[in-house]
Amino acid sequence: MGIANSVLEAVRTEMGRHPGTYPCKVGVRIGEMAAIDQEALRFCFEAITLETDLGSLELGIEVCPRRHRCQVCGRNFVVRDYDSRCPQCESLETTCISGDELELAYLEVEEYGASTAGAKSTQ
Amino acid sequence: MERVRLERKVLSENDRIAAELRARFQEHGILCLNLISSPGSGKTSLLERTLETLPRHDHVAVLTGDIQTENDANRLKRFHFPVKQITTGGTCHLDARMIERHLADWCLEDLDLLLIENVGNLVCPASYDLGEAAKVVVLSITEGEDKPLKYPSIFFKSDLLVLNKIDLLPYVPFDIDAAADNARKVHPGMEIVKVSCLTGNGLQEWMKWLERRRRAHKPLVQETAS
Repeated sequence: MGIANSVLEAVRTEMGRHPGTYPCKVGVRIGEMAAIDQEALRFCFEAITLETDLGSLELGIEVCPRRHRCQVCGRNFVVRDYDSRCPQCESLETTCISGDELELAYLEVEEYGASTAGAKSTQ
Repeated sequence: MERVRLERKVLSENDRIAAELRARFQEHGILCLNLISSPGSGKTSLLERTLETLPRHDHVAVLTGDIQTENDANRLKRFHFPVKQITTGGTCHLDARMIERHLADWCLEDLDLLLIENVGNLVCPASYDLGEAAKVVVLSITEGEDKPLKYPSIFFKSDLLVLNKIDLLPYVPFDIDAAADNARKVHPGMEIVKVSCLTGNGLQEWMKWLERRRRAHKPLVQETAS
């Protein structure tokens, strides 16, 4: 719920920079090691936007896999089933380079009157 | 329709406060540790054992988080170090602002070590930076050896795993080597100590780790101060 609130706060802050528009969709990037359950985040997000002026705001979630870089051969690869061995040279000397993201990626805004679906729509 | 790129952390406000706290801890030479576990794994017991071992004149303070009650602070106050309870009133984790607020009337110059006991939860505390130098995750052997695989984030982000309640090993079907392997699958090279806060077994390993981190933290501070 804290995360959902933070996303919403960020949307409200950003909207201050785009007068005459309303937000349609906010995109977040979540790493698989970020300890965020997508469904729980969606549920909380819907709960706090329901019947508010942001009731029509859609949440887009992009899941980022855990990626490692091999210290020996330099290859970047996706870690599956916690197997952090380099698929190229089989070295175990690999370090995590991504996978714990919890980031705001984008916000889609629409000018008032540009579409028939208004900001108050709950669809 | 216009798409605006945001490209910032969701918890950027928390991270900003945490970065300020980290700078203050650094400035005053304070090692701050964030202890995380499920409820009942033994964070408070580990702190009790730690405080009872440390010399009375040591500059140590504890912030302990729970959803309700002052019980933990009351347990820890008998060791005569400064202790403050943070009751979150429903929130399942501590955040940087709570730490900032509860440190407000403590004199940071008087501290060398700040131990933060997070709310019992293996999930959300992993997302909230408190300005700590390291996270320490406590796992008790009654919880099952696959916890690191089920809750990878906190094991991935913690520097040390404290496996607690090893006195119960003869009575529960817990494979301690599998637990260590699972933790190192998620976090290769992770440091692990095995303790019993009840019998005191293994606690010297934890105290050695703590002492090593305190020593490693100090010269850094003196260098930046000079």
